[in-house]
Amino acid sequence: MTVAALNTVEVDYPRGRALGPFSLAIAAGEIVALVGPSGCGKSTAMRLLAGLETPTRGEVARTPGRGETAVVFQAPTLAPWLSARANAALPLELAGVARTEASTRADAALARVGLAGAEAARPAQLSGGMAMRVSLARALVTEPKLLLLDEPFAALDEITRRALADDVLALWAQTRPAIVFVTHNVEEAVYMASRVVVMTQGPGRIAGEVAGVGPLPRTPGFRTTEAFRAQVEAVSGLLARGMAA
Amino acid sequence: MSRIVQSLAPFALIALLLVAWEIACRAMHVPVYFLPPPSQVAVALAADWATLLRSAWNTLSMALIALLVASVLAQALALFVGLSPILERAVRPLAVVLQVTPVVAIAPLVLIWAGLDHAGRAIVGLAAVVAFFPIFSGAVTGLKAADPDLERLFDLYGAGRLQRLTRLRLPSAIPYLLEGHKVAAGLAVIGAVVAEFVAGSGGAQGLAWRILEAGNRLQTARMFAALVVLGLLGAVLHAALEAGERAGLRWWRGR
Repeated sequence: MTVAALNTVEVDYPRGRALGPFSLAIAAGEIVALVGPSGCGKSTAMRLLAGLETPTRGEVARTPGRGETAVVFQAPTLAPWLSARANAALPLELAGVARTEASTRADAALARVGLAGAEAARPAQLSGGMAMRVSLARALVTEPKLLLLDEPFAALDEITRRALADDVLALWAQTRPAIVFVTHNVEEAVYMASRVVVMTQGPGRIAGEVAGVGPLPRTPGFRTTEAFRAQVEAVSGLLARGMAA
Repeated sequence: MSRIVQSLAPFALIALLLVAWEIACRAMHVPVYFLPPPSQVAVALAADWATLLRSAWNTLSMALIALLVASVLAQALALFVGLSPILERAVRPLAVVLQVTPVVAIAPLVLIWAGLDHAGRAIVGLAAVVAFFPIFSGAVTGLKAADPDLERLFDLYGAGRLQRLTRLRLPSAIPYLLEGHKVAAGLAVIGAVVAEFVAGSGGAQGLAWRILEAGNRLQTARMFAALVVLGLLGAVLHAALEAGERAGLRWWRGR
C-alpha cells in the first residue's frame, strides 16, 4: 500500500526551478533514504510529502490524515518555554486531546526515546542529542503512519548520531511507520534504509536507486559486511554521476 | 583580587574626580553660584534630601504610570497590526514619525490639551509617547520571530489562528517584549523629566522642577543635588530593569 506519492512533480520558485520532474512512491512500512547534493530539492520533496507545500506541476497523493504525518527537522525545533513533556504533547494538544491524556501519552513517547525522568526539563537544560530525542518523541506521540526526517542527525557528533540511528530503527520496529529521511551521509543512508534514492544536482531528479539488502532493522554488525561496503560504493557512484549530470 | 579591583574601579574614579573638582574649586576661587565644590553639593543634598526623595518619587511614579499606559497601548496595537501585513505597513510610518519627533517639540501641545492645571496628565502623556515605540517595535518584531520550523509544525498539525497566536507567537515574543520594556522604562523617565521642564511652574513637583526652581534662585549647589538624585534614580532603575529582564529570560528558558 502506498502512503504517499509524488507523481512527476515540479516545483518552481521565483528564482528558478527547485525540483523535478520527480517521482517517488513511499510504501507503508518502508524506510527510504533520500540522498543528493546540496540544493537538489530534498527538503522541497519532504515538504511536498508532508503536504506543507503544493507542486507547481504534477500531483501529490497522500493517504495519512491530519496528525498521521510527522516531521523531524535538522535542529530539534523545540519551544524553549515548554518542558520536554509539553513539547512532546504539543501535537496532541493542537489536535484537541485533553491535557491529562496528552501528558500521559507524551510521557510514554519520551520513555520510548529513552528520556524517562527528563519530562520536566526545559530544552536549554538538555544536550543536543537529548533535545533531538524530544523532537523524535514529539513526532512519535501521534503514532504517525508517515515519518519524515529532514537531516535529523546532521548537527550531532558521530557517536550520538549512530546511537540515534539505531534508536530510530528500534522505534520503527515497534509500529512500522513509513520513514523518509534526508541525509548527506551515504553510510547512514545504507545502514538505515530499505532503499536509497539518489537525486541529481538541483533541480533534483532521480539519479538512481539502490535497494537495501538483508532484513530491517539492521544491527551494528551490518556496517562491517561486504554487502554494506558494496552498497555504499553503489550509492556513491550514483551520487557522482548525479553531480555530473 | 582582580574582581574586587574591577568592581571598585568605577567608585575609585568617581572619588578621584570629586577630589580634583574640590581642589580646583578652592584653588581657583570659583564662585559658588557658578560651580559649587562637591562639599557644598553634599551639604545641599543633606539639607534637601527629604524634598528631593519626594520629588524623585514624583518623577518615578509619573514615568511608571506612563510605562504602564504605553505598555498596554503598544501591545494592543501590535496585536492588532499583527493580524495583517497591510495593517502593519499602514501603521509603521506613523509610529516612526511619532518616535523621531523630539518629545520637547510636542510637549507644549500636549500641555495645552491636558490643560495647564493638569501638568501631571501632560507629563504622563509625554512620557508614554516616548515609551511607546520600543515596546511596539519589540512586540511587532517578537510576534514574527517564531522559529519558522515550529510554524511549519503548527501547519502540519492543522493549528488554528488562535492556537498559533497563544501557543507559538506570544510565547516566542516574550524575550523581545522584555527588551522593549527595559528600553521603554529608561526612556519614560527621560520623557517625564523633559515634560516637567516644559511644564515649568505647573503643579508637578518632580526632580526637573527642583532643578528649575533652584536654578531660578541661582542656588547651583541645590541644582547639582537634584542632578545627583536624578542620576542615582536612573542608575537604580537601569539595574532593576536589567535584573528584571534576566529573571524574565530565566523563567522563559527555564534556566
